[in-house]
Amino acid sequence: MITFLFAASVVLVTVLLVFELWQGSVLSRHKFGFNFFRTSVWDPIFEQFGALPFIYGTLVTAAVSLLIAVPLGIGAAIFLAELAPARVSDTLEFFIDLLAAVPSVIYGVLGIFIVVPLMRQYIQPALKHSFGFLPLFQGPAYGVGFLTAGIVLAIMVIPYIISVSREVLLSVPRDQREAALSLGATHWESTWKVVVPFARAGIFGSIFLALARALGETMAVTMVIGNNPTISASLFSPGYSIAAVIANEFTEATGELHTQSLIELGLVLFILTFILNGFARLLMVATSQRGSRLGHP
Amino acid sequence: MSPRLRWRKLVSGFMLTLTGVCALVAVSVLFLILGYLVYHGGTSISWNFFTKLPVPVGETGGGMANAILGSAKMLLLASLFGVPFGFFGAIYLAEFSGATTAFVVRYAADLLNGVPSIVIGIFAYSLVVHPFRQYSTLAGGFALGLMMIPITLRSTEEFLRSVPNDFREGAMALGASKWKTIATVIVPAAYRGILTAVLLAFARVAGETAPLLFTALGNQFWSSGWTQPTASLPVMIYTYALAPYDDWHRQAWAAGLVLLGLILVINIVARAILSRGMAVPRS
Repeated sequence: MITFLFAASVVLVTVLLVFELWQGSVLSRHKFGFNFFRTSVWDPIFEQFGALPFIYGTLVTAAVSLLIAVPLGIGAAIFLAELAPARVSDTLEFFIDLLAAVPSVIYGVLGIFIVVPLMRQYIQPALKHSFGFLPLFQGPAYGVGFLTAGIVLAIMVIPYIISVSREVLLSVPRDQREAALSLGATHWESTWKVVVPFARAGIFGSIFLALARALGETMAVTMVIGNNPTISASLFSPGYSIAAVIANEFTEATGELHTQSLIELGLVLFILTFILNGFARLLMVATSQRGSRLGHP
Repeated sequence: MSPRLRWRKLVSGFMLTLTGVCALVAVSVLFLILGYLVYHGGTSISWNFFTKLPVPVGETGGGMANAILGSAKMLLLASLFGVPFGFFGAIYLAEFSGATTAFVVRYAADLLNGVPSIVIGIFAYSLVVHPFRQYSTLAGGFALGLMMIPITLRSTEEFLRSVPNDFREGAMALGASKWKTIATVIVPAAYRGILTAVLLAFARVAGETAPLLFTALGNQFWSSGWTQPTASLPVMIYTYALAPYDDWHRQAWAAGLVLLGLILVINIVARAILSRGMAVPRS
């Protein structure tokens, strides 16, 4: 059966991908073991590879991006699902879909030419002025760094949060809203205390999805994070991320161990996104089943 | 109206306005991006941009003809490789497979779809570039095609499934074989959806940069044939934007405008095809 072969090859390719990543990082895994994740010296000349600064940078930028993207994205999704007339909602959703189609290198270009100067001249000095007592907002304002990367990432993942959350909110049965309203709740109370909690699992799913995107995002982050492997409490400090170091060093790796360490970073990234995507799917399925169960008794 | 109720209504109005502001901010980003690209890149787009090779630093003028051709070649390869796998895989899932196999294939496709594009790059490197010790158009096309498979497969399957079972039974009752049914009834019934799926997958990989960095690498000149390092529009944008020359920055903006224009047009066309026809299956 020829179609079976095509379908089976998809599974084969996926297995091969895992195998190649595992096999390709064998030297580095054996040499460094768990120290790979605990040490922060990344020195191709002395063949010492510790990935901590990259993992730190990836996690910090992803966290910053979610702090911005989650409230904004869920707010917009609530507007699209609960408030806007169907026609307006569909039109806006169309624009959001287009936004999700913008390639990451273009976000990167806007990042270096628009966001970075803006951060250096206005936003970082302003933050320093008002919140400078926090270690988060200290140090020189370079423009590039964790905060800028986080902001660019936030702009990139917002469309995913909006699309999925809107879908999930729309699948909440109508009776839930009507019941709340008939008990005297205001429009906002019915939304926030009834509809959103009902869709909670699916909304968390959209957040996990966005997190997976943010962790694996390469080009835009590489262009604005500063590419300097430091671990610093300050969000103004230039940093580095897993995807960025792979993008920058892979073609210029100076030895087998260097290449293998980069592939091991790829493996880490793969495992992280694998787990998060799995979670996201589970949560979204849970909500839609709950919706259909209550919706069509 | 009691003060308590007035307060609750005030909160409700305020929060709902706030959600509207969120939506407005999110959507306005699209127009900001377009605006900046047109403002900075519009003036640098000329006939030369599409027909000339890049010039060395210091000289003005030049274009990205090699990158445009390189992208076109790799996208052609990607489609030739990715679409059949996605399409026939989807036919298997929708028409032939049992529940367990379908679950495994779908799971693998979703997994592949979620893999960060840079990891796809590593994979294509170790599979195609490393054994031959050669960055090439083929490797770039392979990496992009790999990314097209799960996108095409999952949405094509959705559209095939949305074809009513009556169609299948009707064709069978008239004595058509399974294959005849699929080729003459089911696929034609779902063709708008399938076309949309393929176009969206194409648009998605057209802007991918990370998988090309260490498969096609890049090239300042034409690359003849299929086995040489090849320039592509996204990688060119990346290199030019990071370079310290104003003239290159202008070119990067222009290339960004061309690339985004292409991707948005494909997206809009794809959605237009879909909306003038069958119902949209919600995924």
